[in-house]
Amino acid sequence: MSESRIPEADLQAYVDGRLAEPRRAEVEAELGAQSDLAEQVAAYRAHKEALRAAFQPVLEEPTPVRLLDATRSQRPRSWAMAAAVVWAVLGGVAGWAVSEAYRPTQQAARVEVPLPQRAAIAHAVYAPEVRHPVEVGADQEAHLVAWLSKRLGAPLRAPKLESVGYRLMGGRLLPGESGPVAHFMYQCEKGTRVTLYVRTEGPDHGETAFRYADEGNVRVFYWVDRKIGYALSSADISRERLYGVATAVYQQLNP
Amino acid sequence: MTDRDQVVALIPRLRRYARALVGDPGGADDLVQDTLERALGKFHLWKPGTDLRAWLFAVMHNVYVNQLRRRRESAAFDEETMEIPVRAAQDGALAARDLQRGLERLPAEQLEVLLLVVLEDMSYQEVATALGVPIGTVMSRLSRARDKLRLAMEGTTLSGRLQVIK
Repeated sequence: MSESRIPEADLQAYVDGRLAEPRRAEVEAELGAQSDLAEQVAAYRAHKEALRAAFQPVLEEPTPVRLLDATRSQRPRSWAMAAAVVWAVLGGVAGWAVSEAYRPTQQAARVEVPLPQRAAIAHAVYAPEVRHPVEVGADQEAHLVAWLSKRLGAPLRAPKLESVGYRLMGGRLLPGESGPVAHFMYQCEKGTRVTLYVRTEGPDHGETAFRYADEGNVRVFYWVDRKIGYALSSADISRERLYGVATAVYQQLNP
Repeated sequence: MTDRDQVVALIPRLRRYARALVGDPGGADDLVQDTLERALGKFHLWKPGTDLRAWLFAVMHNVYVNQLRRRRESAAFDEETMEIPVRAAQDGALAARDLQRGLERLPAEQLEVLLLVVLEDMSYQEVATALGVPIGTVMSRLSRARDKLRLAMEGTTLSGRLQVIK
């Protein structure tokens, strides 16, 4: 009995006020004769209003600085300095450059390789280690750093994080997708650990600003700077606290 | 108004859409940031004089689809799904939580269409262009999205799948 003669597309267009006369009037008349359909249209309109009302406040929020930064330049380097510390691109290893001849022609892929996932896995595997958390301890820091720098082919540094409550335990060499990875571990007084995963990125990777990822129960801040990818992971501390540590890493690497 | 000013002026709208699409504010802004970076890298592909908003939303759609694909690949082991009964909305009141829950039920491709139509007030043709699908697909997704949202909000016996991320 109540077979609808209103095509679905017309019904939607009616809801959205996009139906031209005389079709609009015809649909309206049809709805007058079919209360269930009229109810449906009323519900659609109510949801539409509710959706608009629910997300309207977002339009009035101030635009986050990192988003403004993202519109500034294709070469993050130029705005990184001006953008001060907070959302700046994080700098890492000074004076190290990939040979221009090695630059491939493909487009920049950014951080599409799963740096945070890799780092989170390494964190989950090594951070809970009681007896062998690191391969080379902090008592041999100079050796550790020289060794890892040599293997990665880039001059690394192990940031000192005492100012944010973390002490270097040591580090280890890990296998990465495309080569060796340096892994530094830090511990606070309460025993919580953060790890810094450092790897070289392909020459087609641009620099990126601070990014955040939840990888299971591991939180990761990561960034790419001057062909080096960094990921700081923790399973124990809050995003805000980890952000504080990541900022300290950045400042350490960019004195 | 420079190109950059135009882009900056559209950020609030990109954020609103992303917030409704993604749910959590941090993740939504990450999506916007990725979109802006991608858009800037490919800005030469935008033809001056054409609709910048439509172009940016098209870029965001591509970024979002890629994110979903990667997330599905990497998170397959961490997710479990369970059936939950749908609670009836009281007196037809549209509680924000019910709305949010309703949105979470929608498949991404239906949600995108609904949000572009409702929040951005795009024409169906504009939506079709932004998402790169035929207009007929836009109409059927819109219709299904609205149906599903209505069912979810009205507490029918249809139960949805809630993804719990451990």
